[in-house]
Amino acid sequence: MAISFLKRGEKKQKQSASARKWAISLTLIALAIWAFFTYFFDKTPDAVQSWFQVWLPPSTINESLVWVICALGLNIVVGYAGLLDLGFVAFWAFGGYTAGWFMSGFFHQVNIHFGSMSAKVIPGIHLSFWLVMIIAALIAGFFGIIIGAPTLRLKSDYLALVTLGFGEIIPQVFTNGENIGGFNLSNGTKGISPIDAIGVFGKRLGPFDLGWKFLIYFFLAACMVFVSLRIRGGRLGRAWLAIREDELAASMMGVPLMRTKLTAYAVGAFSGGIGGAVYATHVNGIFAERFNFSISIILLAMVVLGGMGNVWGVIIGALLMAWINATGLPAIGDTFNNTFHTAINFPSYNFLLFGGILVLMMLFKRDGILPEARLKMISHENDDEAANTGGH
Amino acid sequence: MSSILSAENITVEFGGLVAVNDVSFDIPEKGIVSLIGPNGAGKTTFFNILTGLYKPTSGHVMYDGQEITALVPHKIAAAGVARTFQNIRLFGSMTAEENVMVAMHSHLKASLATTILGLPSQRREERAAHEEARALLEFVGIGKTAGEFARNLSYGDQRRLEVARALALRPKVLLLDEPTAGMNPQESSVFVDFVHRIRDEKGISILLIEHDMAVVMKVSERITVLDRGEKIAEGSPAEIKANPRVIEAYLGKGVGAGH
Repeated sequence: MAISFLKRGEKKQKQSASARKWAISLTLIALAIWAFFTYFFDKTPDAVQSWFQVWLPPSTINESLVWVICALGLNIVVGYAGLLDLGFVAFWAFGGYTAGWFMSGFFHQVNIHFGSMSAKVIPGIHLSFWLVMIIAALIAGFFGIIIGAPTLRLKSDYLALVTLGFGEIIPQVFTNGENIGGFNLSNGTKGISPIDAIGVFGKRLGPFDLGWKFLIYFFLAACMVFVSLRIRGGRLGRAWLAIREDELAASMMGVPLMRTKLTAYAVGAFSGGIGGAVYATHVNGIFAERFNFSISIILLAMVVLGGMGNVWGVIIGALLMAWINATGLPAIGDTFNNTFHTAINFPSYNFLLFGGILVLMMLFKRDGILPEARLKMISHENDDEAANTGGH
Repeated sequence: MSSILSAENITVEFGGLVAVNDVSFDIPEKGIVSLIGPNGAGKTTFFNILTGLYKPTSGHVMYDGQEITALVPHKIAAAGVARTFQNIRLFGSMTAEENVMVAMHSHLKASLATTILGLPSQRREERAAHEEARALLEFVGIGKTAGEFARNLSYGDQRRLEVARALALRPKVLLLDEPTAGMNPQESSVFVDFVHRIRDEKGISILLIEHDMAVVMKVSERITVLDRGEKIAEGSPAEIKANPRVIEAYLGKGVGAGH
């Protein structure tokens, strides 16, 4: 008994040590990237600079972080609780439009300023970025609950269908929301732009302060990781995984299905809202046509590719696919076309590529690049051996 | 002896088919009773009624002096009616310890906010839950497997883990659905002692569905026999063994008459 207690202690330490290792390495990499682009980039030879502009521009790095934030949110819904959500873009849209409403001159009838760095004379609602983030998260979370409450009773396939519809409806509402009974909700296809600059430490971050934005986005992504890991390790995380594994057995063990699923959905929506608001500050505006079905699918592919339920895997999946989507595919295409003197439009094949990746993953590596189980096996290796030799 | 869980005049119909017909049944406090019968007799259906998975067409289920017929399954479980499954239903990609801790859901108080913030109260609660889970795994004899994935455990250990998980609900009644299925005679006889230990050390009343007659006769204080949805006999193991209707149900009419 004493021995097993000891082992358990070691195991626990190993597990959190592995998480710490990941967290520290990723933070160091992020700081290195930031330092490189902020201090050394200008001093590098032109060839290096142009290489980065083609293969890894700073704006792509920032955009990847936005995807990471959302993918981590979807990971809670799909990866932890096992609820197939094909309409995550709706929460992204809610978050984006919240930023559009409260961080721009869109509502020019009023003139409200609070914590924002923009000039007081500019009409519209101008709230602090951090406050808007919270409002966006709350609005998205609220709609998550409203939509989740009736639909989460459905079995998985039907849930996927309903969320699919929901992900189509919400962007349509925004696209056509120019005149809702005389009220302009979303400015229709024209979108809302520009969005206020983010204010941080009394500094106003314009569209070109990518370094600072990188730090802010990284901080938010890190918060998402922290929250994901904390929840996963606790009572609620266990209940989510149990529902994912066997819904009926979970309910027989005293886990209230509806409430637990709804919490997962709401937490996912919450993070989707944050991601949407962040995205708005990244592209400096809100454009209805960007909130389309493909975003839901790309996010889902990120979660599946990385390894459902494992935050580190999802981060890798999100970074990889965001890079392919924004830079990798066009850059590879240009290189290919220049070398072979062809004129293939590579970016137009990105869905073929993503679809192909998903199919291949399902065929050959269903658990994703970095599956949760594998990671645990590694961190428990020694204990497993001990148990195998001593037990059965 | 007063009863902890009792079913009164339970009838279940699926469409026109009567799966259970007017069956009444008691689990006495701290008793070990069995439900037997040929395949398709309605045993598992009856189990599902007791745990709230199915609702009876008519009849009542009383637990600890309260009616629980209409309660949803997770409330019945949280109230203290725990079960295992005929075909093992563990959470495969969770560790043995986590499997047990899932069943503590209704006892733990941590909320979303306290979990994210990692408040001292939440940490203390988690630590206590870990200890309780380990103690339960030790109790069922698989303490060493705490960190292993449930799906990697051997068949026998999985059966034990299911019991440990059910015990984590701190139940007053434990329903075991064919717990010795797939065990060899030696493992089965160890199991008989194990059932007695659960009752004696934890003070839990136990209801078994079981096909292995050797186990049933050894472990049960009272046996109820179902056949085609009807209760055909009830009594001590000795009485059941001698009951011509039971023999008939199991072996066919000719054999029963010959005895």
